Amino acid sequence: MTAAEPIRLLLFLVGAATFVGLNAAYLVWVERKGAGRFQRRAGPTEVGYAGLLQPIADAGKLMSKQLIVPPGADRMLFRLAPVMMMPPAIMAFAILPFSEYLVGIDLNVGLIALFAFSSFNVIAVMLAGWSSRNKYGIISAARVVSQNVAYEIPMMLVIITILMLAGTLSLTGIVDQQAGAFWNWNLFALASNPLMPVTFIIFFVCMLSETNRAPFDMAEAESELVAGAYTEYAGMGFGVFFMAEYANIVIGCAIAVILFLGGWHSPVGVFPGVFWFLLKLYFMVFVVIWVRWTFPRTQFYGLLNLSWKILIPISIFTLLLSAVMIKLV
Amino acid sequence: MKNIFKEVVGGFYSLTVGMGITLREFFRKPVTVHYPRESLKMPERYRSHLIFTSDENGASTCIACNLCVKACPTDCIIVEGEKKEGEKRKSVTKYDLDFTRCSLCGACVEVCPTDAIVFSKRYNLAATDRQQFHIIDLCKDLEERNKKKAR
Repeated sequence: MTAAEPIRLLLFLVGAATFVGLNAAYLVWVERKGAGRFQRRAGPTEVGYAGLLQPIADAGKLMSKQLIVPPGADRMLFRLAPVMMMPPAIMAFAILPFSEYLVGIDLNVGLIALFAFSSFNVIAVMLAGWSSRNKYGIISAARVVSQNVAYEIPMMLVIITILMLAGTLSLTGIVDQQAGAFWNWNLFALASNPLMPVTFIIFFVCMLSETNRAPFDMAEAESELVAGAYTEYAGMGFGVFFMAEYANIVIGCAIAVILFLGGWHSPVGVFPGVFWFLLKLYFMVFVVIWVRWTFPRTQFYGLLNLSWKILIPISIFTLLLSAVMIKLV
Repeated sequence: MKNIFKEVVGGFYSLTVGMGITLREFFRKPVTVHYPRESLKMPERYRSHLIFTSDENGASTCIACNLCVKACPTDCIIVEGEKKEGEKRKSVTKYDLDFTRCSLCGACVEVCPTDAIVFSKRYNLAATDRQQFHIIDLCKDLEERNKKKAR
């Protein structure tokens, strides 16, 4: 480690924190605009050109509000929950390789660390729901934990399938193996596993569930549970959850891009890597928004049925299939 | 076994159809009308308070015959007229409508022999004071419209 290394890491951390904040603010704008267009509305138009200053107005509102701890709530856990939500989301950005040069730290167990960070939000949401002494919060906490059971297993089986192909846990290593044209991407690695697109879809469904996005947003189902675990949070307490939630969406989409869509590698060979990474990343985010405004929320047993009857058997099958293919080829 | 396979593939296919539909809507023009800045054209039969029609000189064709006053079920119209020198018919000098009592039944419009009154299409009617609607002066309104046209 050279002397410049700590400074570089610090700068990267500041950059990541800034990115998380701006990203959350403007993804809210994108989400509202997107929701509008999917329903043939205009979305926000009043604050600034095409509503572009709306996130700043929202942030100003959230920051100026009083932070209230409801009476009877577990004060410490209530305050701790947002704090537990945010740092893992920012920490994950230190591992994500935005390009071959723009990476905070290239861990050789990057993938495991990434999943460790991204599954942290379950604990935070559970604590938030539990500590706020609110019936909606407690139902939401119960839901988020049992939802965890449903999506983690197929997700991990899919990850193992990818890992068997890649043979490395390093994210840059996995991306490097997908260099060249787009038919080298893991999504199209049909020679080593003809069911790779299905694997990708399973991963995407699990990712939606992990980030608590519709159609699997049972944990904060507005129409049933007010705001679920976040019901009692005011001001920036709520804002932090919101920011972390959008950061988690970006992290989930980034994992999808890294594992399946060739990371920063260009499909045609022009433009720098960061451009392609962000393009693929925000395309995935668009798909997430698209899915949200297309499908209604499933019920809880819907997710469990989907997971145990469809996703897990298929992902075990693809896992075995790729094991056989690797052995034979 | 065959059924499960069919259900999974068929279910997934239906999801992609749904995504296709929303994507198609995404690229179509929004149907929103941004109200204070733009508004819809009122339909042909929309009824708001009475206004005068005018002839080619911008004068009212009302002959102050009082038929509308008699036809009105709620007595909300007051008409006064005078006979000007060298004119065959009377002409209107005052036409006041009490809009707080008007039920927009249209008996006055039906009965008018010279088609001098019609329903307007004004829907942006709001006031902080009930007095504003006690007297709607149709003569003054016609004058103002003529002035606006002249400008």
